[in-house]
Amino acid sequence: MKILVPVKRVVDYNIKVRVKSDGTGVETAGLKMSMNPFDEIAVEEAVRLREKGAATEVVAVSIGVQQAQDTLRTALAMGADRAILVLTEESPEPLAVAKILKVLVEREKPELAFLGKQAIDDDMNATGQMLAGLLGWPQGTFASKVEIVDGRAEVTREIDGGSETVSLTLPAIVTADLRLNEPRYASLPNIMKAKKKPLETLQGADLGVDLTRRLTTVSVAEPPSRKAGVTVKSVAELVEKLRNEAKVI
Amino acid sequence: MSEREAMDFDVVIVGGGPAGLAAAIRLRQLRPEATVCLIEKGSEIGAHIVSGAVIEPRALDELLPDWRTMDSPVKTAVSEEEMYFLTETKGYRIPALDRVMPHLANHGNYVVSLGEVCRWLAGVAEEMGVEIYPGFAGAEVLIENNRVVGVATGDMGITRDGEHGPNYAPGMELRGKYTLFAEGCRGSLTKRVMAHYDLRKGVDPQTYGLGIKEVWEIPPEKHRPGLVMHSFGWPLDDHTYGGSWLYHFGENLVSYGFVTGLDYENTWLSPFDEMQRTKLHPVFRPHFEGGRRLIYGARALSEGGLQSIPRLTFPGGALIGDSAGFLNTPKIKGTHTAMKSGMLAAEAVVEALATERVEPGSFTQRVRNSWLYEELKSARNIRPAFARWGMKAGALYAGVDAMLLRGRAPWTLHYRHADNETLRPASLSEPISYPKPDGKITFDKLSSVFLSNTNHAEDQPVHLHVENMPLWKTVNWDVFRAPESRYCPAGVYEVADQETDPRLVINSQNCVHCKTCDIKDPAQNIDWVTPEGGGGPNYPAGM
Repeated sequence: MKILVPVKRVVDYNIKVRVKSDGTGVETAGLKMSMNPFDEIAVEEAVRLREKGAATEVVAVSIGVQQAQDTLRTALAMGADRAILVLTEESPEPLAVAKILKVLVEREKPELAFLGKQAIDDDMNATGQMLAGLLGWPQGTFASKVEIVDGRAEVTREIDGGSETVSLTLPAIVTADLRLNEPRYASLPNIMKAKKKPLETLQGADLGVDLTRRLTTVSVAEPPSRKAGVTVKSVAELVEKLRNEAKVI
Repeated sequence: MSEREAMDFDVVIVGGGPAGLAAAIRLRQLRPEATVCLIEKGSEIGAHIVSGAVIEPRALDELLPDWRTMDSPVKTAVSEEEMYFLTETKGYRIPALDRVMPHLANHGNYVVSLGEVCRWLAGVAEEMGVEIYPGFAGAEVLIENNRVVGVATGDMGITRDGEHGPNYAPGMELRGKYTLFAEGCRGSLTKRVMAHYDLRKGVDPQTYGLGIKEVWEIPPEKHRPGLVMHSFGWPLDDHTYGGSWLYHFGENLVSYGFVTGLDYENTWLSPFDEMQRTKLHPVFRPHFEGGRRLIYGARALSEGGLQSIPRLTFPGGALIGDSAGFLNTPKIKGTHTAMKSGMLAAEAVVEALATERVEPGSFTQRVRNSWLYEELKSARNIRPAFARWGMKAGALYAGVDAMLLRGRAPWTLHYRHADNETLRPASLSEPISYPKPDGKITFDKLSSVFLSNTNHAEDQPVHLHVENMPLWKTVNWDVFRAPESRYCPAGVYEVADQETDPRLVINSQNCVHCKTCDIKDPAQNIDWVTPEGGGGPNYPAGM
């Protein structure tokens, strides 16, 4: 079984981003970029499935600018077998990504496409679902446990107030949630070895996919800063403020 | 140990700052077939770089003669320069700066983000075939038959109790015919190498400064690209060495910072608060009004100069950059000297590779024959003059030394004390009252550390080793009232239960890797070791 794992290059989770002074977006120039953490979880799970013998090959894909190659090298260091970079402009929209992935799925014929549930930069939570729709495949989203049993994928999903297990016929789409696993480190020996693993580069424009942007960003603003607190002198004053100022009791 | 993998290289370089990167580039220029591996503890190159920075392009001209036509981040030429002596309410501008303080003449120099310069140099080095691995800390020096044979990176995934966690990954041995230590000021491996080979024998103690920096974005109408300002005097007293800088560069950016000499005596002094309150002085305040603070960081620097430089080579390697202490303190610049030292070490290593010599010993002679030595020699008496006679008399001496003697004084002033020996007990130190942060121009420590994007993987062992806790109580608390809680610019050290049973709390996850505790702790009871690779600050572009 072959697994396709799309990975996105995003601003590192440790970095506090700031809104550009003209309010058109956030400043990303010169910031540390890393693999989307949910995609790391997907890579880890795919590699574990291969290590358990449930899968034979893990192919990592990234769609975006040339530097996304670094993200793919991380996936290779974690254990992916080979990688494909599709060159497009920075951060294409989920629908365009899903359409590109559909082309790659038709070419690579994986039985499982394993994605992160969402990217931490735009929090869209859409690509996996759109890809399932475009391919007409079953989907198990927000996975906290995945097992391949008798040619089916048993996926435990995180849902409101509990969990739900679905059984999917393959090929299928699975998107990873936070509790699925804790990804391994890309160790130094494995980073060195990853340099020698195959990485193929394709031009997004050659794939016959409409990449037109359909969404318009109206404005981006920072959340209002929290007001300084005050010290109250007595319980009575606190109750009075909660009732009349905050209007919460 | 046997489970560790190992890899062989011609040269292993520890640290991806200007010295390490310049050495790497020079090595491949002189010997393209040499295998060069460079590791950096920051999550990426530049992530741990803090500097003003006004750089002199002399070393860069020699390393990459075409740099002006390359797409480099060295763009803002110095356009105006002002030096102030401050009193609490007034600023006196020093006239005829280029004659009175010729070290500070900055014509032809550039205001840069040194982190960006390092990222650019790393790209150049990688294109030339240098293997660069950020996110891996050199945790151990490998010494065999009394020769340094490389370093080992730290293990990953060790839990706080020292056990192997579920994601445990052993470190790796990077073995090199020669190893260059380019860790910057007070490198943790450099410290071990110096001790093992007794490299500091016969030289003055090193003396240090702590630089604390902020980057601001200011309204375009206030921005004067290339403006370079410095000050000394207030808020420090006459016995405390230090001062501020403020540079306009890039797109509406201002680099502001404050250096405090770590030979300060008053245990109540807080370098962080000195840095904050200086922004309120009428000379500086207008630059910040209407702006917003973007980045915060801190790093110690070596100020001793020539007298404090240790023996530079040992069997199997050399110390370069601020690991050795090549900063030119009167010039307030260390980038060009760090780069030059890296280049000269690379030349010595190439010679040693060809002749299979154990020690790249020609490095020392190459330094002596270069402008680097001339420059440090002529500057050698200025910093110790401040240490001996205070700021005003020291400045007077500096003027005489520069104008009349032109750095050729027939004497050399020495440093008498290491920085950990200078602190006065709390009972003999005058308390200092610092203004409360206003949240607009001045800020508290924690909101500042937030802007350094500092992160350490959770559940790892504390990387700040207090070797002897009872000694902390009797010395640090009883005598000095926990100076670490004031000099640490990241709020790592706190004292809990002060009234009843004082004990030290170490918030190691806040550490910005400035190394001040390792330097200033009175009993040398705090040992700074590398945390898990990739941890520490994540300074973005602009820093």
